[in-house]
Amino acid sequence: MKSSQQGPPESGSRKRVLLAHGSGGRLTHDLIDQVFGKALSNPILDLMDDAATLDVAGRLAFTIDSHVVSPIFFPGGDIGRLSLTGTVNDLAMTGATPLYISAGFIIEEGFPVDDLETIAASVAAAAREAEVQVVAGDTKVVERGAADGIFITTCGVGSIPDGVTISGAGARPGDAVIVSGSIGDHGATILSSREGIEFDLPLESDCAPLGGLVRDMLAASDGIHVLRDPTRGGVAATLNEIAASSGVDVEVDEENIPCRAEVRAACELLGLDPLVLANEGKLVAFVAAEDAEKVLGAMRGHPLGVAAQLVGYVRAAGGSRPRVYVRTVLGSRRILSMPTGEQLPRIC
Amino acid sequence: MPLPYLDDFRQAGAVRALLEQLNDSVEALEQPARIMEICGTHTMAISRHGIRQALPDSLKLISGPGCPVCVTANTDIDAFIEMSQLPDVIATTFGDMLRVPGTRTGLAEARSQGARVQVVYSTLDALKLARENPDAAVIFFGIGFETTAPTVAAAIVEAERDGIENFFVLSAHKVVPPALAALCATPGLAVDAFLCPGHVTAIIGPEAYEPVVDDDGIPCVVAGFEPADILQALIMLTSQLAGGRAEVEVQYTRGVRPGGNPAAMALLDSVFEPADAAWRGLGVIPGSGLAIRERFAAHDAGRHFEVDTSYSREPKGCLCGAILTGIRTPRDCGLFGKACTPDHPVGPCMVSSEGTCAAYYLYEI
Amino acid sequence: MCLAIPAKIIEINGQLATVEVGGLTRQASVVLLPEARLGDYILIHAGFAISRVDEQEAQETIRLFQQLADGMAGADPDGPDLRESGPGPIS
Repeated sequence: MKSSQQGPPESGSRKRVLLAHGSGGRLTHDLIDQVFGKALSNPILDLMDDAATLDVAGRLAFTIDSHVVSPIFFPGGDIGRLSLTGTVNDLAMTGATPLYISAGFIIEEGFPVDDLETIAASVAAAAREAEVQVVAGDTKVVERGAADGIFITTCGVGSIPDGVTISGAGARPGDAVIVSGSIGDHGATILSSREGIEFDLPLESDCAPLGGLVRDMLAASDGIHVLRDPTRGGVAATLNEIAASSGVDVEVDEENIPCRAEVRAACELLGLDPLVLANEGKLVAFVAAEDAEKVLGAMRGHPLGVAAQLVGYVRAAGGSRPRVYVRTVLGSRRILSMPTGEQLPRIC
Repeated sequence: MPLPYLDDFRQAGAVRALLEQLNDSVEALEQPARIMEICGTHTMAISRHGIRQALPDSLKLISGPGCPVCVTANTDIDAFIEMSQLPDVIATTFGDMLRVPGTRTGLAEARSQGARVQVVYSTLDALKLARENPDAAVIFFGIGFETTAPTVAAAIVEAERDGIENFFVLSAHKVVPPALAALCATPGLAVDAFLCPGHVTAIIGPEAYEPVVDDDGIPCVVAGFEPADILQALIMLTSQLAGGRAEVEVQYTRGVRPGGNPAAMALLDSVFEPADAAWRGLGVIPGSGLAIRERFAAHDAGRHFEVDTSYSREPKGCLCGAILTGIRTPRDCGLFGKACTPDHPVGPCMVSSEGTCAAYYLYEI
Repeated sequence: MCLAIPAKIIEINGQLATVEVGGLTRQASVVLLPEARLGDYILIHAGFAISRVDEQEAQETIRLFQQLADGMAGADPDGPDLRESGPGPIS
């Protein structure tokens, strides 16, 4: 039986997760009850049924995301908050109202229980902020080394309002491209915590649930064609993905793209482009040109969209394949490629 | 909040006015001009700000052998990868090197197969790792020209002083003047002027380019890295060409002084000595490399770790040598777009994400 | 291979300085720049100060560029002509 491989009882002040916590018995029940059940409590979850019974009518948005982020705790959030907002945002990008989340936790043996409690509390707080409920969960414990501390997978369900069709293939020539705020905050924050690259950045991750912002945008206009949250690969990846899906060119103006001085400084120091850094509380919207002002107004009226900017336009594809261009300070255009691989600091 | 002394040189108004002046300056030329930049950071800056696209047709900007990362030969990369796979080794490197392929594999792949490869921003971060991991050998991959080599020299001196015996450097450092001389001696070289690297020159001093103007009659302007800097330098170069002059001028006066940085050069000289070096795509250039002096042999990874790199080969069929000297273009190379693409690059012109071949691939294909 | 940016020395202690740019702070070695002083702007490359930023020269260049920009905006035929007013040769 696995519990015999636990090793000596924990010495020192921190209680740690043991393999036995995952084996389904008393310890598992205690862990779920005291850590997750307490933090995430809601009428559906409290039933502790094998599956949650939900009453959702109409078209559903359904998504899943796994979170293996390192470091687990970072300025402005932690893996718990990230796993909740990440999935909520994926739902919101289809125009859906995010409703229910399920979360699976794979925990490495030896993980401190108080860290687990902090993470569970973060998930709960993010859920309240996002106005969603975590209605089902699962916990497994794996041997030391088989997971990097903790992995979280979240699944989400949302309800798409009638008449709303938002998809990556929906961008049309002439559409305005809008970003909801400063780019690269999350990526720069994570970079500054990375070993081997030591600098102090008075910056936090922008990790936040965007359901409310999207709701306000949809209320202002029915000309929203595409919504996408620029996570891994940043705005560069997002614009390239949309250009490819919609078969269009996209052109953005460098000087209009909002970026905080701290992020720019980090990028200049390390030789990175803010456009490729991850964002966890921002969105890119492609909006019918005639509605751009209205949508911008609605965005700026929401706390998560105060710095929203019109950054460019969609054009008909001009070359052999869809391209994304950046208009530079010279007034000329450069190609913005899909970022490849890790973003590494350079000296050259 | 603008970044001081950085954003000042990216002002749209000034930059566009400079572009106008450059157009005027180019009109005064009797024939088209070919200007070569010899610094990877200039290659990046030119690409990032869309400078090439804004230039008049009769001004061609060529990318020369200016990226120390991209010209690192397979033998050096293979040696470092072999060392990274030794037990109890922490291999530390600048991020740039992760994407450069060796003969069989690259650093990123070696890492995925279990080698402990750690990207650092500064050699001092590697030294710190050595202090914190006394049971491991921390080997730093020494890449870079005279801007970077003094920083590595400083780390070696500190390691020696503080008795950090587990800190080693594998030097693949190179220096600019011998390479420039070799370039100028290349038959058929079609270069009218050089855009010289601002930060290398901050160290070695603008006097280093006197042989180029005196012996080869090629104008040299030492340029900064912001769009306004590059444009101003191009104006100065085309102005020299139109006036039939060949002088060393400094555009980057805020960063470069006559005589360069003597303290940095002294430190570099105390730790390193000239050696022959193999340049990817160009072959061996005598005296163009930096080897760690005997005095600091205890920190020389090359002397300390025995690895077998008998399998090392330079890529065949790669035309980078001719492309880097501006004699040929990417399309002349049989490997271009087939065996050699940005995803699996062969020579430095494709290894550099903004190199001549990489840029061709991106913009022309 | 010359990625270096201007940063201000906000603290200095022997061979180690703290530099600041855009709110970001980092340690930088000044062993290559013994003349570095508190309040100086330096160019930081790979964690080292490699050169001082000559603020006077910088301001002069900025002024020149500003005049050029204004000249263009106001179509000033007497505005500075950089072909004649560059910093000049070193020898």
